[in-house]
Amino acid sequence: MNPVPLTWYLMLSAVVFIIGVFGFLIRRNIIMMFMSIELMLNGVNISLLALSHYMQDMRGQVLVFFVIACAGAGVAVGLALMIAAFRNKPTPHMDEMDILKG
Amino acid sequence: MLPKLFFGYFAAMITILSLLVVTRKNLVHGIMWMLLLFVHIGGLYLFLNAEFVAAIQIIVYAGAILVLFLFVVLLLNVKEEFKGRRFISSWQGRGFAAAALLLGIMLALQYAVIAPQGKYSIEYIQSETHTKVLGTVLFNEYVFPFMILALVLFVPMIAAVVLAVKRRKA
Repeated sequence: MNPVPLTWYLMLSAVVFIIGVFGFLIRRNIIMMFMSIELMLNGVNISLLALSHYMQDMRGQVLVFFVIACAGAGVAVGLALMIAAFRNKPTPHMDEMDILKG
Repeated sequence: MLPKLFFGYFAAMITILSLLVVTRKNLVHGIMWMLLLFVHIGGLYLFLNAEFVAAIQIIVYAGAILVLFLFVVLLLNVKEEFKGRRFISSWQGRGFAAAALLLGIMLALQYAVIAPQGKYSIEYIQSETHTKVLGTVLFNEYVFPFMILALVLFVPMIAAVVLAVKRRKA
């Protein structure tokens, strides 16, 4: 069995997730916010794989497979949206995206 | 002892690299650090006996998604610094919110109880091969979600083309 305790993996996963949350909150650049979302997804993937290994269950890895596919789809459509938004308002900063504020 | 050292190296590198990713001013630098971060996360997956997932981590994340990010940085001119009024000016409050969330997750981890172990032990995975075991589970138990996943990947492809194409004035 793996001599590293499961809690370490879960803590690492929580730390990566929180760094993603932190980056999403402090950065106002839209591309940086997207990258922070990817970081959060990776943090969750670490915990899924660690639990899959320690519970000797394959379904965690299948779930990671689905998460990676959905992340790819989300990034593709998100970056296309970013290009479309950039055409209307040429700024990457979310503080200037205040059209809906009225 | 050696596995703990190994895990410690990967944990320290992953933490430092993710902090580097979210704090870089230059976006391209951030993306390059993120490449290194994904490679390290893939190494950690190998340590968890998940070779196939490590491979798709490298191929999909480091190969495809980061190239997509680089292309968007290339297409959008994001050089100039933002000088207008910020919606929320202090970053300490937001950092405090993230730290409180971390504390909550760590407290919740203390009460985690592991469920009973399944049948996919390391010996079983070794006797079959890892990719074969994963494929057996994926195409027997999860074949319907797998088909939905095809749709989930197909619709954003159309959406990306429709959104990013330049409309001509009618």
